[in-house]
Amino acid sequence: MSVTTHDGHQPGPGLGHQAFEQGHAAGHGHADHSHTPGSFFVRWFCSTNHKDIGTMYIILAIVAGIVGGSLSMIMRAQLLHPGSHIVPNGQVWNAIVTQHGLIMIFFSVMPALIGGFGNWFIPLMIGAPDMAFPRLNNMSLWMAVAGFFMTMMGLLWGTGSGSGWTLYPPLSNGTYQSGPAMDFTLFSLHLSGISSLLGAINFITTIFNMRAPGMTLHKMPLFVWAQLVTAFLLVLAIPVLAGAITMLICDRNFGTSFFDPQGGGDPVLFQHLFWFFGHPEVYIMILPGFGIISHVVSTFSKKPIFGYLGMVYAMIAIGVVGFVVWAHHMFISGISVDSRAYFMAATLVIAVPTGIKVFSWIATMWGGSIEFKTPMLWAVGFIFLFTVGGVTGVVLANASLDQYLHNTYYVIAHFHYVLSLGAVFSMFAGFYYWIGKMTGKEYPETLGKIHFWMTFIGVNLTFFPQHFLGAAGMPRRYPDYPDAFAGWNYVSSIGAFISGASVLVFLLVIAITFSRKPTLGANYWGEGATTLEWTVPSPAPHHTFEELPRLR
Amino acid sequence: MLCLRGDRSAAWQGIRALRSSCALAAMLAGLPGPAAAQVPHPWQMGLQAAHSSVQAEMQSLNTFVLWIIIVIAAFVAGLLLYVVFRFNHKRNPVPSRTSHNTVIEILWTTVPVLILIVIAIPSFRLVYFQDRATKPDMTIKVTAHQWYWEYTYPDQDGLDFQSYMIPDKQLKPEQGGLRRLAVDNPLVVPVGKSVRVLLTSGDVLHSFFIPSLGVQRYAIPGRMIETWFDVDKPGDYYGECNQICGINHDGMSIEVHAVSQADYALWLKDAKTRFSVNLPARPKRIRLAASR
Repeated sequence: MSVTTHDGHQPGPGLGHQAFEQGHAAGHGHADHSHTPGSFFVRWFCSTNHKDIGTMYIILAIVAGIVGGSLSMIMRAQLLHPGSHIVPNGQVWNAIVTQHGLIMIFFSVMPALIGGFGNWFIPLMIGAPDMAFPRLNNMSLWMAVAGFFMTMMGLLWGTGSGSGWTLYPPLSNGTYQSGPAMDFTLFSLHLSGISSLLGAINFITTIFNMRAPGMTLHKMPLFVWAQLVTAFLLVLAIPVLAGAITMLICDRNFGTSFFDPQGGGDPVLFQHLFWFFGHPEVYIMILPGFGIISHVVSTFSKKPIFGYLGMVYAMIAIGVVGFVVWAHHMFISGISVDSRAYFMAATLVIAVPTGIKVFSWIATMWGGSIEFKTPMLWAVGFIFLFTVGGVTGVVLANASLDQYLHNTYYVIAHFHYVLSLGAVFSMFAGFYYWIGKMTGKEYPETLGKIHFWMTFIGVNLTFFPQHFLGAAGMPRRYPDYPDAFAGWNYVSSIGAFISGASVLVFLLVIAITFSRKPTLGANYWGEGATTLEWTVPSPAPHHTFEELPRLR
Repeated sequence: MLCLRGDRSAAWQGIRALRSSCALAAMLAGLPGPAAAQVPHPWQMGLQAAHSSVQAEMQSLNTFVLWIIIVIAAFVAGLLLYVVFRFNHKRNPVPSRTSHNTVIEILWTTVPVLILIVIAIPSFRLVYFQDRATKPDMTIKVTAHQWYWEYTYPDQDGLDFQSYMIPDKQLKPEQGGLRRLAVDNPLVVPVGKSVRVLLTSGDVLHSFFIPSLGVQRYAIPGRMIETWFDVDKPGDYYGECNQICGINHDGMSIEVHAVSQADYALWLKDAKTRFSVNLPARPKRIRLAASR
């Protein structure tokens, strides 16, 4: 796709327009004087600006990521040796396990990739001045923040909510999780869900209606496509979760028995509803990452994306098929053998579009002139580690093998390879790729690379041995385990501590970046960076595209 | 490893004694536990050794799929390494502008489809084989509770007993008790018989998981879920609860004793006395409309 124009440099169609252009170029103060950000409170708390909201989403993601990461440090410390008592009891352990999952998914990965980078770069990439519904955007953000506080209550109130992030009743009902902690957790998901729904509606409206003249859907950057597909998944999946947790809240507090067999309800119904949401949710977390990786790979290879249309339709296919595979999480819940066969077949199909994406990224690099700046390291790391997570997914898709591997550490290894090493690597790729655009400041290159290598070694050391533990039969969500599992658990914990230390390096990167002066130009990555966000100055001014760019 | 072979061929009566000698040998060798094939062993990387027909099939399918995914991952890694070195900006300063190649795009769509079909065919067969025993020789009802297992033998006058994991403090490692695995009353089954398992739960979800027998199903209140296994050799087979079930989720392990038919008969006789309090009372004749 060719983007050769931007506001201020495109010969306009009429005389008046030309005059405006000149005046505009001469001023070039660009950050509009009539729209100053306002006081601190008005700017940040009442914000309707997509960039400020995006920034706050990223801050939320970093804070939540540190909290969720600290929980994983506690877990790995407990699992360092068999028979240890760092975590006082199994309920506290279960609460930590639960909130680690929920915080990482709903308050770190989603806010970073969708709320953060999505808000920041969808308007910039499609040449829109802002999101379609700026006030709705503000509401989405604060719903997410409120949800985060509530999930913290779910962790800290009483003995916490120890149901696992899947919230399966009867363990999550009023009998077995009697305190208000579980209700806090459920309401936090409602808040986060409303936040995501409103955000998704906003994204869809913006992308369909506010693209710059000339930007047809088939010329739209892949990141925007990824966000569009993600937004559709959210709109279709979140209401199902909302329904399920509403029923659970009613079971807990108002004497209904949707999921209680003694009242004619069914615990398996909850599993169906949860995973009808939960499986699309994993694509919600990874698709925006796909988008970021496509941009980074193309920029640093100095080549256009290979097979752009294939990439777009692969994402759509993943989104569509992602809705009809949910019961592969329930192979041992007693669903019929024919259902197992169907869900296995449907799940295997997803490997095809995913393979198309991996090969297209490699083909984009093929023949390129690749520069290994920090974002590209994360991107290449992503491609390989996501492939590893993907192929173990093919193993788990087999209902036959899942009879053994279900709920073992093999599953833990698999989904951390696609999320902790997939989605999180794409978050860091995006951070290093765009931090200059967001702040105008250059990140420290060497430290960025140290951060990458530390994380790469740490997470692989953490999660690769977990394949072995799972194969040997170690169940998940265990605070203590048979002594035979000690060896690999020790290695895994050491790896986790290295990853934990790498977060400190990341915080140092942030501190150094922000202590610098803004020196970067509009397109600091050079010829490879071709999307519209590279046509506006760095940092991107408070208001952009008051004059719509035109695309050839 | 010597004990591994010994353990397999040992008769049931000798197992306890042998296991303790195993433990001794293992301690001398510096290993934390007996290295029998039915339990996980330190630094194990693959699946547990197969001791049921289902698990044997799963072993071979897993090995087959494992090789396929290793080849795929290595192929992608190789491509990446090649690209990283060959198309480095130092070596290749001028990038090409290629962005389409229909042939290769068709190839990388169809070849994965073929690979998936190759995986799916044996996998489908196995899914149907795993589903239920075609001709079960006996039935065991397993009821999961927070946090113990209850085993009922409906074919044996409703013989019923509970099985608790032995807590660390009461464990006697010198007698071969494995920490977090050994139980007080193991489930006893005859070797070579097809055992139908009916699973349910008295409270929350649990999962009945015995890796070396390749059996796993959720225990769900209000539902009765069927699965099956057969054991090929006498010995002890260990499993654990595999679905989060509350504060002692890690404290309800499963131990299966597989014995010869003769020993099974002996055990049944003994168990019916030992667990007689649990036996259901003989139903009284109920008279409707009291006779007058």
